[in-house]
Amino acid sequence: MKMTASVSLRGIRKNYDKGDPVIQGVDLDIAEGEFMVFVGQSGCGKSTMMRMIAGLEEISEGELRIGNRVANDLPPVQRDVAMVFQSYALYPHMTVAQNMGFGLRMAGQSKAQVGQAVSRAAESLRITHLLDRRPKALSGGERQRVAIGRAIVRKPKVFLFDEPLSNLDAGLRVQMRLELTRLHRELGATMIYVTHDQTEAMTMGDRIAVFDKGVVQQVGPPMSLYQRPANVFVAQFLGSPRMNVLPARVRVEARNAVITVEGLGEVRLPAPGVAFNPALVTHVGVRPESLEVGGAGGWRLDIGLVERLGESTLLYGGVAGTQAPVAVKLADTGQDWEIGARLNMRPRPGSLLVFDAQGVRIGEV
Amino acid sequence: MTPNKLPRRAFASQKGAESRGRLAAYAAHALLAAFFVMPLVFMLASAFKTDEGQLLRDMNSLSAFLPSGQLGWENFTAVIDGTPFLLAFANSLFIVGLTVTIGILVNSMLAYALARLRFRGRDLLLAVVVALIIVPFEAIAVPLLLLVNQLPWLDGTIGWLDSYHVQIIPFIANAFSIYLFYQSFVTLPKDLEEAALMDGASRWRIYWSIVMPLSKPAIATVAVLQFLARWGDLLWPVMAVRGDTFATLPLAMQTFFGQFPRQWGPVMAFAAMATLPTMMVFLVFQRWFVKSVISSAIKG
Repeated sequence: MKMTASVSLRGIRKNYDKGDPVIQGVDLDIAEGEFMVFVGQSGCGKSTMMRMIAGLEEISEGELRIGNRVANDLPPVQRDVAMVFQSYALYPHMTVAQNMGFGLRMAGQSKAQVGQAVSRAAESLRITHLLDRRPKALSGGERQRVAIGRAIVRKPKVFLFDEPLSNLDAGLRVQMRLELTRLHRELGATMIYVTHDQTEAMTMGDRIAVFDKGVVQQVGPPMSLYQRPANVFVAQFLGSPRMNVLPARVRVEARNAVITVEGLGEVRLPAPGVAFNPALVTHVGVRPESLEVGGAGGWRLDIGLVERLGESTLLYGGVAGTQAPVAVKLADTGQDWEIGARLNMRPRPGSLLVFDAQGVRIGEV
Repeated sequence: MTPNKLPRRAFASQKGAESRGRLAAYAAHALLAAFFVMPLVFMLASAFKTDEGQLLRDMNSLSAFLPSGQLGWENFTAVIDGTPFLLAFANSLFIVGLTVTIGILVNSMLAYALARLRFRGRDLLLAVVVALIIVPFEAIAVPLLLLVNQLPWLDGTIGWLDSYHVQIIPFIANAFSIYLFYQSFVTLPKDLEEAALMDGASRWRIYWSIVMPLSKPAIATVAVLQFLARWGDLLWPVMAVRGDTFATLPLAMQTFFGQFPRQWGPVMAFAAMATLPTMMVFLVFQRWFVKSVISSAIKG
């Protein structure tokens, strides 16, 4: 029997009795064995979407398929999915072994079968020495492993992770991230992972689905979303510090694009074939690391704040008409930057994204 | 006065005030504790006094609280040999034990439904349960008596009076117990139940294997409160039971107490033996009152 399944969402909506719909029509195909990350801010609907796949929330409209079965009305246990909760949700009155074996016991397996499956899973997660302990005697990281172990034991075709690392400290989070990626490789099962942490999304997912206001804003491989975001929301959600989005005008002169930003001045970039209508552009976006400094001409920014992070330096400066300061990320060369000094800077060719009035990316320069 | 003497003196007087305050608090606590404990001491001391004349004389002085004079087990043996104490004790244990055990199951099941299931009329039902808490038993005692007098039983007879079940069935469902369980269940993390649902557990299994084991403090509270209420109840047995066969301890003691000439020694021995299980129940369950097993399992 194949230990993985595709998940297909067609026109999925979720309404509660009161208020706006939480999910407003999601269409998404998750392939067998894929690691899909749902990312977005709190309240964007990503967790609700996962809970609908799990069977913990009813689907108001649309069709959910897991494998080749319509799963809308299947009870959670028949969907062949397992979920790791943010709170771990370990049964406090049971030992680790009982926690992990609970699902198999519910499925009517014999004590010996349950014991075997539990010790196999415990071995792969290196928690065999914890099997007789209760959850309260475990550290955060250990509880996390047990929660994952409880999911693995049942051999589900789809794993659901609901912000599983958010209660761990930074160091442990990195370690568990690597471990989950390894687990995905080993099991080959489909995994859906909900997080608000863009680093987790970027590093773990085969593909990312960015949620906002109950709608999937964009789906794709991490780097493609990072480099070619569909709109301002996605552009600013991924990346830290976030992308500079500035109100701008663009005109084309000869084989150059001239980008004018109020407060920064003009910058001239080579643009052999501009494929968008410059008149539609209202904003431009450029990532902090895609700005080059020095030389003559270009945008001029007064440095307001310097942050030295060791391997890189962040320079910030305010621009009239924008709330967030403009950020520039440079490799640390030991150069001293003075607050108040004026900086000449220009986007690397090809890295400047242009957006229309609706915030949709219409091209790049 | 040197400059640093002033703060030191202020500190000393503050310390003095603190210790006086603490002393007053201890005194108040001791007084209150004595108020509750002294009747028990009086009962136990008197139960062992075998000379009735001595016992009556002691009642006028502090000696009433001291095991002084002739002491022995005679009062206890007199009660056990000369009264239906053992039968009443067994009746009480059976009736109260069954009422409390079935009550814990039935009341927690309703409370779980109210806390977790969504069904039409749920809010109304909860409001009715809360409203029922304030209705005193005295208000429904007579209608209840008339009702049970008309009810059929399994053997085909009509009327439940003078039986075990008349003392059990009307007291199984209890609004206050339901409310206590409800309060406990709504605070349980939903994640645990959802995890069990994902593990394939049915609602019944979740209630039995997850919710109830995590609600030991609530179970203990309900058990103790119900036990105390049923163990000491006199009104209903007086109304619904005739004779010794189904009489519980309070009823048997009432009968014994009413005999003349009144023998205080045996009366106290009877009361002491009747009180013993209450204390044991409290000792067994009291650790659960303070213990909460939930907090540790959620989050790191």
